[in-house]
Amino acid sequence: MKTARKKNLYQLAAWTWSWVATMAIATFGPKYIWDDHTVLTALAVSVNFANGILMIIANRNLFNKFDELERKIHLESLALTLGLTVVVGLSYSLLDTTNLIAYTAEISNLVLFIGVTYLICVTINTRRYV
Amino acid sequence: MKNRLKVLRAENSFTQEDLADIIGVSRQTINAIEKEKFDPSLPTAFRISKLFKLPIEAIFYFEEN
Repeated sequence: MKTARKKNLYQLAAWTWSWVATMAIATFGPKYIWDDHTVLTALAVSVNFANGILMIIANRNLFNKFDELERKIHLESLALTLGLTVVVGLSYSLLDTTNLIAYTAEISNLVLFIGVTYLICVTINTRRYV
Repeated sequence: MKNRLKVLRAENSFTQEDLADIIGVSRQTINAIEKEKFDPSLPTAFRISKLFKLPIEAIFYFEEN
């Protein structure tokens, strides 16, 4: 069980890093590597998208290797993160559309918020049960 | 829900890690069950009951306040 779980964890880490790498290539490639070549840009975005799907599958496989307590911890964390993301994300968007903030609301800020919120929720929930 | 898991584990000289490996859960889960912070699922309760050769109600019991 532990070996299979470790294998799933390494697979997820590998797919996550390669997703980050392909995201960087798709973001900076058109400007710094292939001079806005449309076909190459479309290819880079497609590779990044496919990589993202494989990362999601790897995450699901790891989730399926969790035991009942870990599932409970992650499920509660996911529920909180989802709720907070919807509420905070829409409020953030409203701040932008109503011009209450001077800058444009970026999706990357929301992604960062999701990551930090999930990490905090998992840490708090883990401490609750240990 | 209350349980006698810690006592039974000590009587059988199991560590939390040993019990976790046999039952197929993490050591943290065994710890959480022993501290009564987490109620195990029915399959886990059955596996524990089978391991200690005791009925489930002899290990887990409900105590109303």
